[in-house]
This record gives sequence, C-alpha cells and structure tokens, in this order.
Amino acid sequence: MTPIHVMIILLLLSTAGYYLGRRRALAVAERTGGPKVLHSRPVYYGALTALWCAVPALFIFSFWVVCESTVITDMVLSKLPESIQSLPADRLNLVMNDIKNLVNGNIVSGEENADLQAAADYYQYLRSLSQGALFVLVAVICIGAVSILQNRIRPELRARNHVERVVYYMLIACSVLAIFTTIGIVLSVLYESIRFFKIIPVQDFLFGLKWSPQTAIRADQVGSSGAFGAIPVFIGTLLVSAIAMIVAVPVGLMSAIYLSEYANRKFRAYAKPLLEILAGIPTVVYGFFAALVVAPVIRGSGALIGLDISSESAMAAGLVMGVMIIPFVSSLSDDVINAVPQSIRDGALSLGSTQSETIRHIVLPAALPGIVGGVLLAVSRAIGETMIVVMAAGLSANLTLNPLKTVTTVTVQIVTLLVGDQEFDSPKTLAAFALGLLLFVVTLILNVIALYVVRKYREQYE
Amino acid sequence: MNKAENTTNGSIRTVDLVQKGLARRYKAEKRFRWMGLCAISFSLLCLATLFISIFGSGYSAFQQTVIELDIVLDPSGLNPNNLSGADFNGLVKTSLYNMFPEVKDRGEKKKLLSLLSSGAAYKLTDFVKAHPDRIGQTLSLWVPADDDVDMLMKGHIDRNLPEMERRLNDQQISWIEALEEQGKIRKKFNTTFFTAGDSREPELAGIWGATCGSFYTLVITLVLSFPIGVAAAVYLEEFAPKNRFTDIIEVNINNLAAVPSIVFGLLGLAVFLNFFELPRSSSLVGGLVLTLMTLPTIIIAGRAALKSVPPSIREAALGVGASKTQMVAHHVLPLAMPGMLTGTIIGMARALGETAPLLMIGMVAFIVDIPGGFTDPSTALPVQIFLWADSPERGFMEKTSAAIMVLLVFLVIMNSAAVYLRKKYEKRW
Repeated sequence: MTPIHVMIILLLLSTAGYYLGRRRALAVAERTGGPKVLHSRPVYYGALTALWCAVPALFIFSFWVVCESTVITDMVLSKLPESIQSLPADRLNLVMNDIKNLVNGNIVSGEENADLQAAADYYQYLRSLSQGALFVLVAVICIGAVSILQNRIRPELRARNHVERVVYYMLIACSVLAIFTTIGIVLSVLYESIRFFKIIPVQDFLFGLKWSPQTAIRADQVGSSGAFGAIPVFIGTLLVSAIAMIVAVPVGLMSAIYLSEYANRKFRAYAKPLLEILAGIPTVVYGFFAALVVAPVIRGSGALIGLDISSESAMAAGLVMGVMIIPFVSSLSDDVINAVPQSIRDGALSLGSTQSETIRHIVLPAALPGIVGGVLLAVSRAIGETMIVVMAAGLSANLTLNPLKTVTTVTVQIVTLLVGDQEFDSPKTLAAFALGLLLFVVTLILNVIALYVVRKYREQYE
Repeated sequence: MNKAENTTNGSIRTVDLVQKGLARRYKAEKRFRWMGLCAISFSLLCLATLFISIFGSGYSAFQQTVIELDIVLDPSGLNPNNLSGADFNGLVKTSLYNMFPEVKDRGEKKKLLSLLSSGAAYKLTDFVKAHPDRIGQTLSLWVPADDDVDMLMKGHIDRNLPEMERRLNDQQISWIEALEEQGKIRKKFNTTFFTAGDSREPELAGIWGATCGSFYTLVITLVLSFPIGVAAAVYLEEFAPKNRFTDIIEVNINNLAAVPSIVFGLLGLAVFLNFFELPRSSSLVGGLVLTLMTLPTIIIAGRAALKSVPPSIREAALGVGASKTQMVAHHVLPLAMPGMLTGTIIGMARALGETAPLLMIGMVAFIVDIPGGFTDPSTALPVQIFLWADSPERGFMEKTSAAIMVLLVFLVIMNSAAVYLRKKYEKRW
C-alpha cells in the first residue's frame, strides 16, 4: 500500500463521488418535477461531491507523506540501544542510513548486527502501519464526505456557486505560486549567505582582490585559509558579458533594422525563423561549440601573429555568448522599432531624408528607451548565462581586463563549488550561495529597470 | 535656411547644396543597408558553422567498429545452469590469441588484448545466456573494438603520424591491418549508442539512460507546469481585480522569467534537497526545479493567448446567462488553448535543453543504469552532453556531437509541433 496506490484509490473514490453526486441530484429532482427544479446543472452536484471527497483527503495525504519519514525515524531512534543513541549526530545519521538501506534491501556500509536488523524490522513495521493507517484515513474521509453530501443534496443547494468558489481559490493559489517561488529563492540564498558572512566578513567578500576558495583539510596545511574576495570574479563576469554585448548589440540591432525597414516580405519570412533557431539552441551546445571550434581558432590565429592566447580565453566564451544573445536583442529591438508610428517615418521621408537618415535620426531616437531596456535584459542574460562559460571559460580567477587571458565568472564558480561533494558548514560551499545572492540581486535590479523602461515606452505610443 | 534663401540669386542655391551632398548621402544609405545585410549574414553564418561543425564531428558516432572472433564454447568450462561463474573473459582472450598465434610475449599479448573493448566479454555472456544450446559449438561473434581502434578505423587517428604521437603503436596497427585483410573487422550501425547508459568506455557509452532521465523529468515538468500555468494565466487575465496584490504577482512573474536558470538550481538544492530531503539526482527534483523555471514562460504565453480572444465572445456568453467561470471554461479557454499549448511546448523545449539548474541538484552523477522511475538517480540529455564534453578521450568527442544531434532532433520536433499548432489554429478576429 504505497502512497501511489493511495493516490490512485483517492482518484477512484473521487470519480465515484462525482457520479454518485450527479445521480443523487437527478434522483432528488425526479421527485419534484425533473432536472429543471435544480438550482445548478447536475454535473455541479457531482463536482461538488468529488471536491469534498478529494480536497480534504489530499491535504491529509500530503501532510502525512511529508511528516511520515521524520516521525518514523524518531520512533526508531528512540528504540535503539543506549550505546547507539549517545553517538554524535553525524554518526547517528550514518546508523539511520544503514537501517534504511537494510529496509530497502541495499548493501550496508557497516557490519550487520542484530540491533540494526531489529531496528530495520521495526522501521518496516512502522512504515507499513503508517501506510495502512493513511489508506484507512483517506478512505474514511472520502466515504464520509460522499455520504454527508448525499443527504445534503437538495434542489435548492447552490452547488455551482460552491464549486466556482473552490475553483476561484485554486486559481488564486496557482498564481500566488510565483510569489512563493521568489520568496523561496530569496530565503534559500539569503539563509546560506548569512551563514557565509558570519565566517567571512561582507566587506572582505565584496571588496577582496583575491579569490581562491580552498578550505583546509588539516589546520596546519599550507595555504589553508581560502581567500574569498569576489572582485576578480566580478571583473571576469563583466569582461565576458562586455565582449558578448559588443558582438550582440550591433549585430542584433542592425539585423532588426534591416528586417523591419528594408527586407521584403519573402526575405523576412525566411530570415526571421532562421535567426530564432539561434535562440532555441541549448546553451550546452554553444558551450561545446565554443570549446571545440571557437577557442582553437582564436588560439591558432593568435599564434599566427605571435600572441600567446589561453585556450580558455574570455574571448571565446564572450564571442559565442554574443552569438547566442543576437536573436534576443534583435527580436526585442524589432518589437520596439515596429512600435514607432509610421507617420513619423513618413514625415521624415517627405522632408527629403534618405531611408537610412530616417532610421538613424528619427526612428532610432524614438525607439531608444525600448532598445535600452532590451539591451539591459540582454546584459542580465549574459551575466546569468552558465553553460557557455562553464565549458569555455576557465576556473582561475585572474584580476585582468585582457580578453585573451583566462578569467572566471560568478556562474562558473557557483557550479564548481557546488558540483560534487558538499558540506554545508564549510565557507567553500556557502560561498556559492553568497555568489548566487549577488547574481540574483544584480540581475533583479537590471530586470526591474529594463521592464520598467520597456513598459513606460510602450505606453508612450499606445 | 534663411541664408540659403537669401542667396538664391547669388552664387550658392539650396538645390546645389542638396545636389552636392547627394552622392555622399546615397553612399551612406548603401553602406547602412549593406551593414544590415552583413549583420544578418553573420548570424546565419554562425548558425551554419555551428551545425556543420557539430554534424561533421558527430556523424561518425553512429557507426561502431566491431571485430569478429571465433570462439570455441568448450562445454567443460561452461555449466548451463551456472553461467555467471564461467570465465567468459578467458574465452574471449583465447580466441583472440588463437587468431595471432605468433604473439607470445606477455607485453605483446596485453597490447593485442587492448584492441578489444572490455565490453566484448559482456557481449559473449549475453549471447551464451540467450542461446545455451550453442555450448560445445564454435561460434563466430562480432564484438565491439576498443575506442582507439574505432578512432583509427574512422580515420580520426592518422596512421602516418610518428609512433610516439599515436595512441596505437605500429604493431597494433599491423594487427588491425591483418584483421582488415581477413575481413574480420568492420564498421556497423552503432546500436549501443541508442540502447546503453553511460560508461567510462566511449565504445560502450550510450544515450538511452540520459534520454529516459530527460523523459521522466519532462513528464514531471509538464504535469505540474501546464495546469498551474494555465490556472495562473486564467486568474490574472480573467478574474484578478486591478489592485496592488495583482500588480505584485505580475511583476513577480515577469521577473522570474528573467532570473538566471542557475538560481533556480540553488533554490532546488536548498529547498527540495536540503529542506524536504527529496532523493538527490532524481528526475523528480529535476522536474520540480524545471517546473518553477518554465512556469513564467507558460503563464506569459497563456495570458497573451487569452488576451487575443475578443471581448465579444465573453459578452455573448455572459449575455445568454453563463456564469463567469462557465464563460471562461466553456468559451474563452477552448479558443485560447492552441496558443497556450504552443507556449507550453516552447517552454518544454527550453526545459529539455536546460542544464545549469540540473547540475546544482546532482543530476551530473555518473550513472550507468537506465533509470526506471521518478526517484531513481538519473541524468538528462544536456547534462550527458556536458559530462561527455568534459571527458578527455577522443572517442567521447564524437559521442558528444552525436548526442547534441539527437537533442537537436528532439528540439526541432517540439518546435515544429508548436509552429504547426500556431499555423493551424491561428485565428484573426
């Protein structure tokens, strides 16, 4: 009787509730002159029954599933012999893991002994007990709800209004999820960051010039104290993003201008979807492309003119990231350029200016706020982009503005710090959350400004 | 202006001034136009280079080099009732040594053996387990070759390089050439690539495990994000009163759409793994994270679709006595559904290609087994690409490109479905 079975039975019971409710409504109506005496259509009586059946049971079900494991673990622990209970928390965790492994029939890390076996048996017993109890509880709630409603269904019961109110609240709940996501993001990065800033002072993190996130395995180790100055990481991020924008903004803007002002309908019909393919390619593919094709080409051409270029240069990552952002810039600029009223263009053309003069002196200045908003959004994309830099940019944090050297970025550091084994009490792991917090705050500010500018601009011509 | 007018009968006239500048201005016009065309060509050139380089380095992965072995299935060493204990590795070894009886030296034997993949013995095991009646006969079986041999056969290792710079020495190449003469080595369609999970050996690695992982992840994402996204879009577009609270939700959704995906990974790590203690590396957690990430996309697309339904439809429904919920459920929603589905498919395509948040929740582990459920440790297609791209072996490079090609095929299918839906059901009111 696993939770999935309970879920299926819950669904079946609700479906049965729906049919019972509908039938009951029709039967009640039959006595007093057919379905038209009912306040609502019969399906609403069915739906009301099904909702009463499913919603409370679902709440109980989720609560049970969330709490089950903790409660059982506590009960099993309290039954363990004193010698095991007095172990430190992390050792105790290991023992508990062993017990769970025994229950699931996996291999145990330590030696199997009678105590563990007994605990595992007890765990299994408790689990089957809890699952049985959950099943009974859910079934009782469902059947109870159906039988209560069977008596309540009368022609004057305003079933539709009840159902609609429930639907309304469900809709609200779904849209509020966005707020919860934001709160979740803020809380999760903030909580770990505060722990980080307790170990490393904020000013050291924000203004430190050296980044080498090692932590000591032994206290007397050479270079054991890690340096967590984020400036080199920021500079690297800005450098890569700047290269990307140098590629993406002119190319994207010119593409948008050509497509919206010069290109004929046929050219537009082919070129625009092709450009949008660039936006649909996963970033991991761009990363592979940067590492496989672009970086060797840059390195090779540097060697031709006698320059020593790192194979993980900021240039390769930045160029490819720029190509990735081109369609983003071009589609946003396309929107704003098209929003400039035709009458303004006609005015300029009738005064004798050429088409390019109209665009440069009239259309672009009019569209400028929108374009700036689009560019800001693109910058925030570039700063937050992960896979390209993880695969094509380096790991070593150099404080340099030379695009031919290796630099590292915020996202690269987050990935390297968090992939693999994690300890949630070492500053190394927590540093990733501090970087994440900064990344979130910076992109948030950029987004808010950009969205505000774009929105303000749209209203201007509407 | 005034000056020009005043001198109409003098030496300079406005028309002359304009005429003088015309050539320069037309040139500027041409230049500007040409720059626009260049910008588009540059983007398309990049697109073409990307596709060509990936296709060029990946197409050979769809073939695999196999070597034919004549294996004597000696009944003395093979008990049909207890095949797991049999020494299949030894059988493979002996049959290879028998093909080259002149090799006696231990070191040389080792070099000879390294031509075969370590998967050869597994292949034999599987075959004998499936056909126990063949025990006692001589069997000729095609087994996978080592990845270095594979690379040589595909021409990725140059036979003319000095011996020190090759992964295979002269002797090994002479053995391979002998095999080629006897027709005992050939390339065949690489089924392993489509049926196997990950492996440390390039010739045994496949994408089926990653594909299954991606599938489970996307199922979770779709099941959660589609209903929630549609419900949120309906509330915001049809029911929400214009007030501060609604504004906050709107701003929130727009912001979430632009939050870097890796931040969602951090959220997943802190909330789903550390707080709720859901299983690490599972497609369940991956699906939850991607749900949160794609929801804004679906909500925004859904709202646009609802906006495009003209108000007259709503008024007509309300006019014949439908309640607001009925009006939405029976009339507005069906009309907006194609647009919502299009948005959902595009969101799913983005989720399929997303890598960074999955790295955060441990879906980068090296997982050989094919995941069988939502809570099994698994990886996803883009993560597999990332893992292989990081591997030093030459053989993994073509595997990476081939996996990218498979991923792109999935994306093309999904995006074409979205375009088809949009074209088919697009309505201009």
